[in-house]
Amino acid sequence: MSRNAFNTPDLTVGQKLLHIHWLFVILLCLTASIGLSMLYSAANGNLDPWASRQFARFCVGIIVMLAIALINIQIWMRYAYLFYLITLGLLVIVEVAGNVGMGAQRWLSFGYFNLQPSELMKISLVLSLARYFHGASIDDVGRPTHLIVPLLMIALPSALVLRQPDLGTTLLLVMASGAIFFTAGVRMWKFGVFFVATIGAMPVGWQFLHEYQKLRVLTFLNPESDPLGSGYHIIQSKIALGSGGVFGKGFMQGTQGHLRFLPEMQTDFIFTMLAEEFGMMGGVGLLALYGLILVYGFAMTLRSRNQFGRLVGAGITTTFFLYVFINIAMVMGLIPVVGVPLPLISYGGTAMMTLLIGFGLLLSVWVHRDIMISRLGSNEV
Amino acid sequence: MHRDTERHKLFTRRALMLAGGKSVLMAALIGRMYYLQVIEADRYRTLADENRINLRLLAPRRGRIVDRFGLPVADNQQNYRVLLISENTRDTEYTLDVLAQIISISPAERRRTIRGIKRNRSFVPVTIRENLGWQEVSRIEVNAPDLPGIFIDVGQSRSYLYGADTAHVLGYVAAVSAKELTGDPLLELPGFRIGKAGIEKVHDKALRGSSGSSQVEVNAFGRVIRELSRNEGQPGAEVAVTLDLGLQRTISKRLEGKSASVVVIDVRTGDILSMVSTPGYDPNAFNRGLKTAEWKSLTSNPMSPLINKSIAGRYPPASTFKMVVLLAALEKGVITPSTKFFCNGHIELGGSKFHCWKKHGHGTVDAKMAITQSCDVYFYEIAKRTGIDRISAMANRLGLGVKTGIDLPGEKTGLIPTKKWKRGALDLPWHQGETLHAGIGQGYVLATPLQLAVMTAHIANGGISITPRLTKFVNKQVADKKNDPALLQKSLGINKAHMTLVQESMSEVVNNRVIGTAKRSRIKELGMEMAGKTGTAQVRRISKVERDRGVIKNKDLPWKERDHALFVGFAPIHDPRYAIAVVVEHGGAGSSVAAPIAHDVLVAAQRRNSIGTSADTNDKNQRQHSVGINKTIESL
Repeated sequence: MSRNAFNTPDLTVGQKLLHIHWLFVILLCLTASIGLSMLYSAANGNLDPWASRQFARFCVGIIVMLAIALINIQIWMRYAYLFYLITLGLLVIVEVAGNVGMGAQRWLSFGYFNLQPSELMKISLVLSLARYFHGASIDDVGRPTHLIVPLLMIALPSALVLRQPDLGTTLLLVMASGAIFFTAGVRMWKFGVFFVATIGAMPVGWQFLHEYQKLRVLTFLNPESDPLGSGYHIIQSKIALGSGGVFGKGFMQGTQGHLRFLPEMQTDFIFTMLAEEFGMMGGVGLLALYGLILVYGFAMTLRSRNQFGRLVGAGITTTFFLYVFINIAMVMGLIPVVGVPLPLISYGGTAMMTLLIGFGLLLSVWVHRDIMISRLGSNEV
Repeated sequence: MHRDTERHKLFTRRALMLAGGKSVLMAALIGRMYYLQVIEADRYRTLADENRINLRLLAPRRGRIVDRFGLPVADNQQNYRVLLISENTRDTEYTLDVLAQIISISPAERRRTIRGIKRNRSFVPVTIRENLGWQEVSRIEVNAPDLPGIFIDVGQSRSYLYGADTAHVLGYVAAVSAKELTGDPLLELPGFRIGKAGIEKVHDKALRGSSGSSQVEVNAFGRVIRELSRNEGQPGAEVAVTLDLGLQRTISKRLEGKSASVVVIDVRTGDILSMVSTPGYDPNAFNRGLKTAEWKSLTSNPMSPLINKSIAGRYPPASTFKMVVLLAALEKGVITPSTKFFCNGHIELGGSKFHCWKKHGHGTVDAKMAITQSCDVYFYEIAKRTGIDRISAMANRLGLGVKTGIDLPGEKTGLIPTKKWKRGALDLPWHQGETLHAGIGQGYVLATPLQLAVMTAHIANGGISITPRLTKFVNKQVADKKNDPALLQKSLGINKAHMTLVQESMSEVVNNRVIGTAKRSRIKELGMEMAGKTGTAQVRRISKVERDRGVIKNKDLPWKERDHALFVGFAPIHDPRYAIAVVVEHGGAGSSVAAPIAHDVLVAAQRRNSIGTSADTNDKNQRQHSVGINKTIESL
């Protein structure tokens, strides 16, 4: 097989670069450029303070992504558990000595940048779960005792992130992990049991929610109950979206955004601004772009000839999907307000880094798609 | 290998299911987008506009009030205010320090300004001081470069140019009270003023005008981004009153220190040329907002400065009522002009004595002599023969006991008693003695100065019905065409010969240099001579003991117990145009107190030619004529 000859770990850097899925990279750049123009609009036609800095971050991010893509997938697999443990350690440190921002303890300050270990955990958890299920046969997956370790893998960071408190990230971690469990072949009925158990635990869980989280849920159920208080964001967001109509009010012509009725328009509510200025056409267009990224991500995942790569791909694409869905559903008032940014568009470095690292891994899966790895980790070729 | 292929297949199957699930969720997002942006788009578009568009009312300029010659009496004054926008200053405290070196700022004003700045967003202007003088304004303008964030704003405030002189007629404007809110948003504008009394109240709607509006785009913090559209509205209409400002002020000055009322009326049209009630008050103070102490001193003053005595003061007309009694008697035919009665100083009825003001009597008097000397006995006799109900009917026809219909709020009806009235109001039968009291304008009889002026005007014009009015024009148009007095020439239906007799008798009162009760107030100027009737209204009972001992002189009584001095009259005799009523509360005798005032006022009115600019050529000729006479007199 001539293919095999190409796709050995011994490929040169130049050969690997040729194998990167460039169309996928272009789609990412296209999405990011839409984000930059929205940030330009949000600043009333200024590159400062958002667009220019976001562009710099994106450039750094793309380089990091390409670098990750070139690293052999087996190396990522080898260090998966180590990454996980380090990230878990960082989460513990945040718990003890993190910086408080927006009422939650999330950051570790490192002088030049702030590290948010919960974001890193989104990647590390996918890697370590993928490695665990790579090593498990179909029969193993069928045995409930075999699921104890991966469940613990999820439970530990989830508990820590929930304590920060960051409900959005916790949900993202649990759901992305769920996708890996699902594609790894865990029996359907077990999901059913989990689902029922979750519903049953809800009244108990409600007690542990913070006041502001309870308020968000209540506000979601009836935003008009307090139109100037907690319901304000979502009402204004719906007004902005609705008033955009089919074709929108035009670039930089959004009244809700530019007259500051719309809160946080450069971060969590940037989709609203886009849909106000470009209408449903703009909104559907962006969704189509996201859809394409997901389709290519899905295709790259399916082509991998090793379970680890496939599971990593499923985890990453699902994480990406969850970002998109949760953010857009939130700004449209379909789900409660949770602080999840719109991938590649919202202003902010942390989420962008997480995603570009994730896409780096996805590209690595693609570049090294023909490497077969035994359940124990050695090359099978 | 085999196991892995199986795993791969399972993965592919599961991954496709997952992708399917994601597709469904994506489709849900698009569906939601369709719902919001297509189905509900119109609703949200309206909501977005409601968010960003603010409708601001622009208060219209209140219409001016001018006198009959077009001289402004109530106007709007530029009110210069100095304001500060804190976001435009580098340092608010420093800027205030600099400003304080240019104009004086009291610590209280400074404190209020700082509080205002803290309470509002930084782009909201805060007033530092109002009512700046012109010098202060120019000093601030010159120093503008050193005063960033400071600017001058011009507002409008109502100003009554002649203060107390016109206060009772014009009324005043003041802030809208909660009870007066009608839902008209204009009334809710901060600082908006509405008419609370007088002409300001009667013509409030017209004077107010209609509000303009400005549509502005605001951001979420209320900052105005730009103006989208502007509608200036309609400024208030100008109202011309029938007053002759010059005459009004002359009278006001003449009455200084007295609690009195003078009404001057055009006997042909009913135009009120002057209506003065003293003491007055400063209507500008109401606009500014009264202090408690000011309010207390106004309400506790025994001379009641807040009351317009001309329409709301009710006084016994006393002898000024005798013309009514005479006309009623003549009409009933109980006497003829030549019927004579003998006055020996009193008349007895049912065991009571009714006294004439002249202790030893007037001797034999006919109608003209009775009016000239104001013989009470003569009127006791004819009142007794005429009966109260006929007297009352005549009084009503002449304008007493009924509202005159003047265009001012708060007019009082006065009281003209009838038998029926007494039974209804007091549940008592009428006594003939009460008819005698009414015959000399005492007892139950009460009239307002305006009613007395209208009565006199009716006599002076020979019995043509008039309605007194204060509004000449609203926005240069006759306010109420139907009631334009120039077009109405309705007769009261009183015998012309009787009227002439009464007019002649009234002339004798002033011009009979021997026995006329008002002979000392005769107008000597040729062509300006007046006719009239004095009245002295008793406000206390004189007991028999006192009468025997000698009635106490007015000046020895406390103010509240002194007689009211009255005089009604008209001029010129040869072609009456002006009718007047003078009432001086507790002023003493009509002949010595009220008649001289009437003399001065009627001379002034004719000299000024208060009726003036009539299109009637007769009027013009007459004016030239009277001016000629004035010159002759002056040259003498």
